[in-house]
Amino acid sequence: MSTLKMPRVDRQTLKNKDKIISDISNFTNKQNILSENEELKPYETDGLAAYKQTPMLVVLPETTEEVSKILSYCNKNKIKVVPRGAGTGLAGSALPLADCILLGLGKFNKIKEIDFYNRCVVAQPGVTNLAITHAVQHKGFYYAPDPSSQMACSIGGNVAENSGGVHSLKYGTTTNNILGIEAVLIDGTVIRIGGKVFDSPGYDFLGLITGSEGLLCIITEVTVKILKKPDTVKAILIGFSSMEDAGNSVMKIISNGIIPAGMEIMDKVLLEATNNFSKAGYPLDAEAILIAELDGTKSEVEELIKKVADICKQNKCTSVKISKSDEERLKFWSGRKAAFPACGEMAPDYYCVDGTIPRSKLAKVLREITKLSKKYKLPVANAFHAGDGNLHPIIMFDANDKTSLQKTEKFGEDILKLCVKFGGVLSGEHGIGIEKRELMCEMFNDNDIQQQISIKNSLDPSSLLNPGKVYPILRKCAEEGRLHIHGRDKSKFSDIPRF
Amino acid sequence: MEETNQNSQTSLDFNVEKFEPKDESEIQQIIKYCFKKNLPIEIVGSQTKQGIGKKLQCAKTLKMSKYSGIIDYKPEELYITVKAGTPIKTIQEELKKNNQHLAFEPINFSKIFKTESNEGTIGGTLACNFSGSRRFKVGSARDHILGFKGFNGKGEKVKSGGTVVKNVTGYDLSKLITGSFGTLVALSEITLKVLPLEPETKTIIVSGLPLEHGLTIMGAAISSSNDPSGAIHYPGNFRNNFVFNDLTHPGSITAIRVEGTKISVEQRIENLKQDLSLKDKKLTILDRIQSEIFWEDSRSLKVLSTNENNILRAVVPPSETLNLINRIKTFHPNYFIDWGGSLIWIELDYLSTQKIDQLRQRILSANGYITLIKSKESVKSSSEIFTIDPIKFKISQDIKKSFDPRRIFNPGKMYTGI
Repeated sequence: MSTLKMPRVDRQTLKNKDKIISDISNFTNKQNILSENEELKPYETDGLAAYKQTPMLVVLPETTEEVSKILSYCNKNKIKVVPRGAGTGLAGSALPLADCILLGLGKFNKIKEIDFYNRCVVAQPGVTNLAITHAVQHKGFYYAPDPSSQMACSIGGNVAENSGGVHSLKYGTTTNNILGIEAVLIDGTVIRIGGKVFDSPGYDFLGLITGSEGLLCIITEVTVKILKKPDTVKAILIGFSSMEDAGNSVMKIISNGIIPAGMEIMDKVLLEATNNFSKAGYPLDAEAILIAELDGTKSEVEELIKKVADICKQNKCTSVKISKSDEERLKFWSGRKAAFPACGEMAPDYYCVDGTIPRSKLAKVLREITKLSKKYKLPVANAFHAGDGNLHPIIMFDANDKTSLQKTEKFGEDILKLCVKFGGVLSGEHGIGIEKRELMCEMFNDNDIQQQISIKNSLDPSSLLNPGKVYPILRKCAEEGRLHIHGRDKSKFSDIPRF
Repeated sequence: MEETNQNSQTSLDFNVEKFEPKDESEIQQIIKYCFKKNLPIEIVGSQTKQGIGKKLQCAKTLKMSKYSGIIDYKPEELYITVKAGTPIKTIQEELKKNNQHLAFEPINFSKIFKTESNEGTIGGTLACNFSGSRRFKVGSARDHILGFKGFNGKGEKVKSGGTVVKNVTGYDLSKLITGSFGTLVALSEITLKVLPLEPETKTIIVSGLPLEHGLTIMGAAISSSNDPSGAIHYPGNFRNNFVFNDLTHPGSITAIRVEGTKISVEQRIENLKQDLSLKDKKLTILDRIQSEIFWEDSRSLKVLSTNENNILRAVVPPSETLNLINRIKTFHPNYFIDWGGSLIWIELDYLSTQKIDQLRQRILSANGYITLIKSKESVKSSSEIFTIDPIKFKISQDIKKSFDPRRIFNPGKMYTGI
């Protein structure tokens, strides 16, 4: 369990708990306020399950007006608020604080409008990512960002974390696929940003709030862009005898002007593990496999798949398989999507790292990760969103062995430091939360962090919205010490696909 | 008394009105000086879009156009890092060598503001965030900035983002500063996402359609799986602005651009003809060369550049466009419609503050917004240039303060008080 420093607990707030419950019940139905231990338990952690904290209260408002009244009350009474969508996040952004009101948006679960003419959907934040596609697919439309947890994660949470997915190489992440939001600031002010139009004038609050991990406002409505499904989608499964060849092929595909919808690499450890698990038919003699998916018109897809195959052949691939049907395409993906449970078969615990590097550094960074794996004597399996350089090394360990846990923590940190050293960033799609908070100083200096904190202060002067997340508690990077031990273990919701 | 900085290798003369910094140290010294002395600075690039926004009267000008050059270009990584004063043209030429481009098609204002062939710097382009016809497919300038370095209003160097597309590491300040008209940060370095140029481009032009049918066709094209990358409608009065060998039909132009591999473009053009029932219409297919000229003319607002009229830019949901055009007929506008029916460029021979307010009311009630691009100084000075509501104004003030507490960067350029 972590000893990560969190904001000081306000004992006065805890003492006033009963009064707070009674006050809040003026703003929302009493049944929406949870205060008994057994009611609070399900909310004590999010997808980063090593960190647990029971909140003071959980409140599940039903309308924007209720959210506004609750926030305004919390602001006046200096009560911390931690927002939560579906709680599937992997960086601990929704970890409660002992003296907080955990504001769950689960009851905001309705799609408010489907507008095919303007190609958008207006949804409440608790609607799941996949439910949006389900609501429009009868007319051949879909919502493009597809985080692997899309059956469970909420669209509000996607906005808060700027979620990506396998197809973000071609279609972008959440920030490129939303048109507007309604949100409530800590003082209760309701703001509408954007709408059904692009690029509203003035400061780009939509861009600022997307990926702000619940530190700036509570999102109460999201308008997303929907796209028409492409005519044809095909995948190609390619084996390589070295990671270098796989990495070089990715570079060559892109420098030949081809942007596949998705490009994924898996290393030998993972492909063996997942193949055993899902029988995806991967070439087991390969050191690495590349799955590329191309979409568009039939002739275009056929032409580009052939080009991709030719490029990979020039880069010494050892096998090529092109999907002949949608079933076969999904089979190619089935192994990749089973990465988490497959690793769960290999070790009692695993920890998934998320960082981004320039594509050209894939093979080099992997070699370094292999060296680290030997140094820490911990096995690691590697999956990459190779097209956009987003790494997901999975470290396998046994949480019951204390030294193993500590070594895993250090290993994960070293990988992220490598990402920064090779010109990348600390998080591609999981966010910073509490998990990578103290590593922010690897990427940013005091000025950079102070500038970000001063934006936070301008919107939330008392730092009541999700405090203790994203930015180091000690504001100056120079003051950062080894104050904490990162605790990480198996993810919650291990039965849903991840990354 | 002349003040110079002793720490810099090159001594800066702080008494001049216009600074043209050559390196980051000079940019920083100038801003720190102005912060200390509380002197407002107008930040400009090559001044091609200076006419947009309120006219400023600042003690100092920070002209960034000499801080120019490509710092790092990695075609296989799909990014380019440039100094803020680098001309758009220089970037485009460099990218073209590797068959790449800035896919957001920055609007070239040089024709309407008569700045000759100069279409401005990358810093200015990002400060304004006006993007071209590919918007609905690839996003705007804000979707193509991966990271930046710059200086806040206290002269502190700040950075955000990086060189990679997937990045959730702190607030996305790159987006916040894009479209902020130089009121938050003086940009020094910018990293942009670049994309491959498509090998083939063709444009279907349907001639002589009334607006209503043009809008229907554009909407249907974008809502199809044929993935067009441009959809624009020019009413018949602009027909003579377009002279192409293959374009012989008279009347309005409704144009759909298709880009991709040769095979794919051919197939999608056939699909579109079929899906949109275009076969009995007056059709022209522009080949690659003609197509590129057509869209370049659109990117540079050619049809609006022939006179000194007022220009406004309105954006509404596509479903509102027809109704809106009917509701503003009393203003006798010339207009054309881009972004597949969402962006309306409006030209008016007479404009007053009152007229702008009336237009704005109609556009707000259509759930859109309007920006005054070009007008006489007397009109601009008394009019609201950008649409904003009181709540967003208050938040904007707070954000402004967090970057530029003494309001020395472009004060009043966007809004009075910011």
